[in-house]
Order: sequence, then C-alpha cells, then structure tokens
Amino acid sequence: MHAYESEFREPLINGMDKNYTKITDDLVAPTERNSAMWWIATLLCGAGALFFVFCLGWTVWFGIGTWGLNKTIGWAWDITNFVWWIGIGHAGTLISAILLLFRQRYRTGINRAAEAMTIFAVICAGMFPIFHMGRVWDAGFIFPLPNTRGPLWVNFNSPLLWDVFAISTYFSVSLLFWYSGLMPDFATIRDRSKGKIRWYIYNALSFGWRGTAKNWQRFESLSLVLAGLSTPLVLSVHTIVSFDFATSVIPGWHTTIFPPYFVAGAIFSGFAMVETLMLIVRKLFKLEDYITINHIESMNKIIVLTGSIVGIAYLTELFIAWYSGYLYEQFAFYNRILGKYLWAYALMMLCNVISPQFYWFKPLRRNLWVTFILSIFVNIGMWFERFVIIVTSLADDFLPSSWAYFSPTWVDLGIYVGSIFMFLFLFLLFCRFFPVIAIAEVKSIFRTGSEVAKAERAKAEGATHGGYVGMSTVGPLDKDSKN
Amino acid sequence: MSHEPNKVVIGLWDHEEVYLHAIEHIRAHGIDIYESLTPFPVHGLEDALGYRETRLHTAGFFFGATGTTLALTFMSWVMTTNYPIDFAGKPNWPLASFIPITFELTVLFAAWGMTLTYLVRNHLYPGFVPRIYDKRTTDDRFALVFDAEKLSAEQLTEIRNICKHEGAVEVKDKEFADNE
Repeated sequence: MHAYESEFREPLINGMDKNYTKITDDLVAPTERNSAMWWIATLLCGAGALFFVFCLGWTVWFGIGTWGLNKTIGWAWDITNFVWWIGIGHAGTLISAILLLFRQRYRTGINRAAEAMTIFAVICAGMFPIFHMGRVWDAGFIFPLPNTRGPLWVNFNSPLLWDVFAISTYFSVSLLFWYSGLMPDFATIRDRSKGKIRWYIYNALSFGWRGTAKNWQRFESLSLVLAGLSTPLVLSVHTIVSFDFATSVIPGWHTTIFPPYFVAGAIFSGFAMVETLMLIVRKLFKLEDYITINHIESMNKIIVLTGSIVGIAYLTELFIAWYSGYLYEQFAFYNRILGKYLWAYALMMLCNVISPQFYWFKPLRRNLWVTFILSIFVNIGMWFERFVIIVTSLADDFLPSSWAYFSPTWVDLGIYVGSIFMFLFLFLLFCRFFPVIAIAEVKSIFRTGSEVAKAERAKAEGATHGGYVGMSTVGPLDKDSKN
Repeated sequence: MSHEPNKVVIGLWDHEEVYLHAIEHIRAHGIDIYESLTPFPVHGLEDALGYRETRLHTAGFFFGATGTTLALTFMSWVMTTNYPIDFAGKPNWPLASFIPITFELTVLFAAWGMTLTYLVRNHLYPGFVPRIYDKRTTDDRFALVFDAEKLSAEQLTEIRNICKHEGAVEVKDKEFADNE
C-alpha cells in the first residue's frame, strides 16, 4: 500500500541508516544473542511461576478453604484476577485487529508483542475460574460433552457458560492470528541461521514458509478476515465477562452499563500493560527506532480516551443508582464509595480517572518516565476497579448479620503474584526466541512510514522543480494504489 | 513440492516498485514466471502476476455458517428435546440466550476452518522442508524464478537481459538436486 502519506506525520521507523537488510538485522538480533540480564530475569520469573504452580497445588490439595473467601464474599480475588487478566489480554487483539481494519500503521511496531501478551494473559486468566471449580480434574465438564449420566447438559442460559465459549474461542482465535503472522518471521530467522539444529527448529516453527506471491495473497486474505472476525470477538468477550455480573440480581452488579464500561476498561488496562512491557523491551533490545515516541504517544491517546470513558461510566453508575430510587442499589453505591472499602474506591478513582488526565498535555504524553509510571498506575487501578465492583457489592449484602470483610490469605496472594510471574516468564521466553516485532509488517510500511522514505520524498519533491525526476522512473511516489 | 523444476534462473531485486515494474515488462514479453518470492506482501503483486483472487474468504464464510448452524441446532435440540428443564415456566427455547454462544461458534469455526484451509492450500505444516531458491528472499530481496527446463536457451538469455535491464541486482542460474 503505497498510499500517499502526509509529510506532517512522524516517521514510524526512525534512523537514516535503515533499509530492509538493517530492519532484519535489528529485529532478529534479540533472538541471536545471549544476555546475562535475560537469564537472571527469566530464572527469577521462572521461580515465581513455580510458586504459582505450588499455590495452585496447595489449593487443589486442601481445597478452596485456603483462600480468604467466606460465606458472604464467595467471589473475591480469583474472579478479580480473572477479569483483570482478561482485560489485559484485550489490547493485543485490539491492536492487531481493530487497528488493522482502521489502517493505523503504527500497529506494526507493537502488534506482535501485544498479541503475545494476549495469549499469555488469557492463559493466566483461565487458571482462576478453572481452579475455583475445586475439582479441576472435572473441568472438562464445563463443555457440553456427551456423557453417560442420562441426558445431562450444561445450562445454555448461563452467562458463566457463555464465558467458557467466549474465552476459549478468544484464546484459540488469538493464537491463530498470532501464529499465522509469526510464520513468515520464523522463516526470516531460519534463513539467517548458522547452525543446522537452529535451522530445523525455526523451519518447523515457520511451517516451511517461503513467501511466494500466492502465499502472501492468501496470507493477506486470512489476516484481513481474522481481523474482521476478531474485532466483534474482542468486544463480545468482555461483554460476556460483564454479563457474569450484569445478569445477576446483586445490587451494584445488575447494571446495563456494564458491557461498554467493561470493554473500555479492558482496552484501557490492556494498553497500559503493553506500555509497561514495551517500554522495557524497546530499551533492553535496542528497538527505539521501531517503537518510537510516536507509537507511545498514540497509545497514550487511546489511554486518555478509554480512561475517560471509564470515568464517565463510574459517574453514570452513581447517578443511575440515585436516579433509580431503588433503596438497595443506592445503599450498594453509598457503601462502595463511603463504606469500609473507601480506600479501594479512592485508589481506583485516583489511578483510573485522575491519572490518565495528564495525557491531555503533549509533553507528558511523550515523556517515557511519565508514561511508564502512569501505565503502572493504570494497571493497579484497573485491578482495584474489579475488586471494588466484586467485593464491595458482596460484602454488605441483604442481611446485616452476615456482613463481612474480605482478607486475603497467603494462598490468594501467592496465586495472584505468582500469575504475574508466570506471565512475565512466558513473555521473557517469547522475547528471547520469537521475533518481538513483526518483521514483515514493519518492512511493508518502510516505503511510506520510515524516516528514510520521508527524506527521499522530500528531496524528490524539492528537486522536481529543478527537473530532477527522482524515483519517477518507477512511477510517482504519491501514486495511490487501488486501495 | 515434488514438481518443482531443478534448473532455474533466478532474478533478484532490492526495491519492490522496480520489481513490480519488471514483472509487468517480463510478462509483456510473454515470458512465464514460475515463482515470485518476497520478504513481505507487496501490494499489487498478484495483479502484476495476473493471479486470480483467492477464494479463502469465501471458504471462511461457509465455515462460519457451519458454526452458526451447528450451535443453533445443537442448543435447540438440547433445550427442547433431549434435556428440557422447566425454569419456573420460562420458555424452553430462549433464542436470545443462544446468541452469545452462536456468535462465538461462528467465529471459532470460521477462524479455524480458514486457517486450516490456508495451511493446506499453502502446503505449510511443521517439518515441511521447502526448497529455498535464495536465502535472502525472506530478508531483503524480491525474487523471480524462471523454469529453465521448459524454456529454450534463447529465451533464457532474453530473460537474463530483461532482468538486468529492469533493475535486477543479481541474475543467476541455479541447479537443485531432486531431493532439495
């Protein structure tokens, strides 16, 4: 797509020394060198991941009673962590699918890592409901499997079952999307590899990709349709997650605003996590030319937008609670803001609504430290959002004698913190062995979006008046192709 | 693939626009291009090569439709015939609550069906060892492969000349063993 691009747009690939060879060298480099830092980080996170497994084992062995749940608060950290991770997993598909449909080319720098993040986040998310079932070995029965217990099926009216379908579809479709994009890049690594074993491993990973014209033609058709399918999919997933609450009768959960509010929150937290990770990755792997300040700023714009949507949703909820005239709803929200979880509500408001407002100012949007700190704030804030919704609505229920407070046990804490280590561990493995940036896709924007191309065009345009035709032997550069 | 020619002439380009232009010229001379390899999808390449549009998305539609049908019929059968439950007299066929699962299965079937079709049609599977015409076609070179077994010596000379004239950075003859 050699569509004309405004010269006012900042380049998406910086550096005047770039060409296709250099792009391959730069982007494959992280998979070709060993670093002590990587080993330390991976071993550390691997140990944390083992602790995650240990805590899950503890839960299975001794039962859910090892968690801090009580009779009143039967859903707490587990479901909070589940929704939090699923939300984080939303950015990947959003970046790769929705931004592809909207032809936002800055996606090429960040889509691969964001998609990987999606996969790993959904893996972490899936652990919580599965282990909350208690008897994990029976987990397969959440699917409508034929069985010998007479005609006995799952309840197709239940949003929890819809969730099963939504999450598993989301996971597998994201995996397909991610992997189909990875195949050409694995082939690139394969064709540069020195050793024979490395060649065979990467050839197997690339499925024997060569990049013939027919391959690419089908590839483009596939990625476009997968993007078209994933766009409503990603919106449906968090909508259905919100149904888990919204279709219940609990005051504080039973609200029609939940689907859009959850989707916006998911995108918000997903982008925050992409930023947290990408800021580290671009520094460690020296990818500053490919993940530019421009990319960061674009993401920050989405964060301020979705953060504000979430803020409006919080206020709308309060207004509707008052306007409904429904005593129990009003109590639930009064309790949420001014009750015993005041501290959690305040933290949520501070992190999710106030902190992204700094991004209205351009210098702050383009400041790496501000971005890094705020992205962590948003991650924390979005965890507290789910905690506030889930726990405050349950804590003071219909019967004052059963009002309770939730205190996590070490197992709760271990599973949560362990899941973060698990996620980082998988992400570190990905960074070391997989191409972190979509090589082929970055190359495809080189002629339009790179600093080199812009300089060439500026030179050609400036010189045309003097009779210099520049690249015109191969057609004018601003010639719009058929799309 | 087994029927690939063992003797080939390969032309390599380093700029996709020059490459596209070259393809048009070569085809205008009535020369058959055996294969075209590029490091990334080049826009307009399939048109330049005269390929017809892929029908992969049409297949995707039918896979999706299969998912929709399967989900709806299965849930209807379970809820009305095989395992009807009385939820306080509510209807046994609640179409509205079938929508989420129907949608998910539509997407699931379309995505998997299309991807598997894509792998089969492209002959891609783990462990497949392809013939690499030139290592740099996944890096920074745009290649055209000509079947030297089919073309005459004069035609091959013509091809080499046209390639060079059309800005190829390298034109070379290559011979492969049968098992390569």
